[in-house]
Amino acid sequence: MIRSVLKLAEIANESAISFEPFVFWLCGGLAVLGAIGMLISHKAVHSALWVALTMINLAVLYVLQSAPFLGVAQVVVYTGAVMMLFLFVLMIVGVDASDSLIETIKGQRRVGILAGVILVIALVLLLGNSFSIQAAELVNADSTYGGNVQGIAALLFGKYVLIFELTSALLITAAVGAMVLAHKERTSPRKTQAILAKELFASGNYKGPLPSPGVYARHNSVDTPALLPDGSVSEISLPGPIVARGAVKNINQSDLNEVQIISEGLGLVSSEEEGDK
Amino acid sequence: MIAAVIALPALSAALLLSLGNRTNKFGPWMAIGASASSFLIGFWQFLQMLARPEEERAVITTVYEWLAVPAAGFKVDFALQLDQLSISFVLLITFVGTLIHIYSLGYMSHDENQRRFFAYLNLFVAAMLLLVLADNYLLLYVGWEGVGLASYLLIGFWQHKPTAAVAAKKAFVANRVGDFGLSLAIMTMFIVFGSVSFSDVNEGVAGAPAWVSLTIGLLLLLAACGKSAQFPLQSWLLDAMEGPTPVSALIHAATMVTAGVYLIVRSASIFNASEIAQTAVIVIGAISLLMGAIIGAAKDDIKKSLAGSTMSQIGYMVLAAGLGPIGYVFAILHLITHGFFKAVMFLGAGSVMHATNDNVDMRRYGGLSKVMIFTTITFFIGYLAIIGIPPFAGFYSKDHIIEAALSHSWWAGAAVLFGAGLTAFYMTRMVVMTFFSKPRWEDDVHPHESPLSMTLPMIVLSIGAASMGIILTNNHMFEHWLEPVTGFVEPEPPFSIQTITIITLSVVAIGVLAAIWQYRKIAKVAPKKVSFAVTAARKDLYGDVMNEALLMRPGQVITKALNIFDKSVIDGFVNGLGLFTGGISSRLRKSETGYVRSYAMSIVLGTAILVIVLLIVRL
Amino acid sequence: MNPDAYLVLSGIIFSIGALGVLLRRNAIVAFMSVELMLNAANLAFVTGARVWGNLDGQTAAFFVMVVAAAEVVIGLAIILTIFRTRNSASVDEASLLRW
Repeated sequence: MIRSVLKLAEIANESAISFEPFVFWLCGGLAVLGAIGMLISHKAVHSALWVALTMINLAVLYVLQSAPFLGVAQVVVYTGAVMMLFLFVLMIVGVDASDSLIETIKGQRRVGILAGVILVIALVLLLGNSFSIQAAELVNADSTYGGNVQGIAALLFGKYVLIFELTSALLITAAVGAMVLAHKERTSPRKTQAILAKELFASGNYKGPLPSPGVYARHNSVDTPALLPDGSVSEISLPGPIVARGAVKNINQSDLNEVQIISEGLGLVSSEEEGDK
Repeated sequence: MIAAVIALPALSAALLLSLGNRTNKFGPWMAIGASASSFLIGFWQFLQMLARPEEERAVITTVYEWLAVPAAGFKVDFALQLDQLSISFVLLITFVGTLIHIYSLGYMSHDENQRRFFAYLNLFVAAMLLLVLADNYLLLYVGWEGVGLASYLLIGFWQHKPTAAVAAKKAFVANRVGDFGLSLAIMTMFIVFGSVSFSDVNEGVAGAPAWVSLTIGLLLLLAACGKSAQFPLQSWLLDAMEGPTPVSALIHAATMVTAGVYLIVRSASIFNASEIAQTAVIVIGAISLLMGAIIGAAKDDIKKSLAGSTMSQIGYMVLAAGLGPIGYVFAILHLITHGFFKAVMFLGAGSVMHATNDNVDMRRYGGLSKVMIFTTITFFIGYLAIIGIPPFAGFYSKDHIIEAALSHSWWAGAAVLFGAGLTAFYMTRMVVMTFFSKPRWEDDVHPHESPLSMTLPMIVLSIGAASMGIILTNNHMFEHWLEPVTGFVEPEPPFSIQTITIITLSVVAIGVLAAIWQYRKIAKVAPKKVSFAVTAARKDLYGDVMNEALLMRPGQVITKALNIFDKSVIDGFVNGLGLFTGGISSRLRKSETGYVRSYAMSIVLGTAILVIVLLIVRL
Repeated sequence: MNPDAYLVLSGIIFSIGALGVLLRRNAIVAFMSVELMLNAANLAFVTGARVWGNLDGQTAAFFVMVVAAAEVVIGLAIILTIFRTRNSASVDEASLLRW
């Protein structure tokens, strides 16, 4: 299949028919489509994706106009880095009330569309007959330095080296600025897990899970109360109606002794409150 | 040297006012000293002047060049003219002024603002001296304004009395109307003659067209009316009696109110050139003469009655001044004698008020001759002088005026004679009600004679009132003295002088007897049912009513209209501008919604417009 | 092939990106629209390079790409920080600078 495509390209290259208009109309159309899509999308993420479409099409147009370096740079920098950055920020910001398409400023939509239409018509008319000469071929320019990239490099580090330096300073400033803006100064030391846990329990409101049934029970009847490690009665082990009826069975001394032995054995005699009533 | 006459009281006033309370102890004495030294210097200048021959008596001293606008040819010097007319005034002002300063020492002894009073008195003396010593109209105007200011300050001296403040304001406003006339006259003089000094104007009048002397004359008459309380600007004089009595004596009897007469006499050449202006002066003088007498006859307030009398007597002087060269000298003569006898009567009134707990109502006086002998005698001498009984001063000056008036026209003479009779009537009324009828005192009044500081000036002044007439007219001394300045023409009356004298004295006698008969019994409270004439006289012959209707109410309407205009139109415009800006801004600020997308919208629209513009340019 | 067509395409994509900034309330989607606009500009640059026959346009497009990448880094960091504080990624929420 690839071979057929290459062959097609060869034919096109040798034939007098240029493929440029075809590519232009296709990519140009898609670019406009992407732009309109960005305009009317409800969700911001969709807008970002439409913009990416536009940018890729523009990259193709750059390549079409004998600017391969720029086309690749467009894809890598713009579509790759910038739009991804946009998507990350959209991810952080999330869905917003600003996404709704209800217009809040009175008359903004009407006048805005009118302004846009006027602008587009005026620009089209203005730019429609700009160039009176036919497009020259860039072979000469490219071949001066042996290629497009070399040509751009010659200009960049030759004629426009000062601007180059300035833009590098700009980039550094941008990077530093972004760091400064995003930086959050910590005013207190970061709380470790142990401190967090301590604070949780110190507030006194933390209700941990209750012990499972049978841990403190001395008898499997409902009206016999369970005994806590220190020998006291656990109120919550008794159902309400039985307490209300007053049908609670008394505690056996042997139970109490057992509980004490168990507690001493476990080293729980000193008062440690684990689980509140 | 003559400048010191003005400088000393001015300096004293400045010190008393600026140093304030620190000068309280010696302030009055310093003021008296300043006034007295002015008199001494003036008297010395007078003696020097007497020693000189007649042609060299007038001396002009230029102190410094005051104002000069070379481009317009305008030059005014601070120059003092010492001639026979001004020295007469200087002596009168400083002499009477000093005596009244001494009187004020006793009269104002209980007042805590005594120092301020003496400061203002000094200020007045300085300004009045500047007025009479100036050698040009502009400097005279400075003195004119100065006495107006001093008058305002002194009438309203008791600032806590609302009536006093209102009276001071009224005096100032009425004076201002007159000042308006004087300033217009000065401007006209400058336009026509190119200078405002007396000498230049006097020379220029001869060659000027008739309308010049008529206009300037009428304007000067307006100024004189304001300052001398003549019709139609007479309403302030009676209200000016709100001030302390020494003020009334000095300013509103002897000196300030005579400034108008001085102005007319000084501008003799202008008035001589315009008969219409002279007639106007005579008419105003006659009207004021009769008006003052009628008002004075109906007032129960002794000071107001004396004020009416002042208005009437100045009417005499103005009338005499309007008669031309036959009357100038007598106007000044009457001015000087009036200064003495009116001052003595005012001081006497002050003494009577002092004795009766500051009561001014003559209906509550009566029989004071028994307890206040000095006051009675001095006042009586003044009374005899004013009604024109020989050999007292008033007889000489008044008689000459009657003579001159009769030689001018029958109506002027008739007015003057009738005025003489009225004068006799109301002055006799005053004397009878105050001193000679049965006592009608209030219960807490125990009259006693005033202290020496008050009676001594009265005695000195009464001596003057008695003798000035004889001394000055001896051998026509005064006429010859003033002749180089004002010119003198012997009047030619239709009757002989003796006939006139007899007619005058009989008219006076009728007046005196009528008053004695009318006031043989005096009611304690003014009767309500009186004739129309008395009602009108009590209301100042409706002078205030007319002022209010003609001037005040329209003025208030204009003021209200302007106020409304200012509030609604001007303020409305400015506020409207502010509201407009505020409205626009509050509308515009709605565009600052705070939404990024709205701002983005404006950016996109701007871009679209830019692109369209580019398109159009391309096309 | 008329290179103007590429410019027209670039204009259309640019306008759609502008519309996205105007109409979408989600900050990240608005940011994506900005990226779209930058890409449209890149396309125009590359077309220009082709028309003029030299590689300057491509170098320019390269730089645009670099700067856009740096911008995305910072922009997203900012959006994240705002999201952390306000818990919302809507551009309309940050409207405190209003009248």
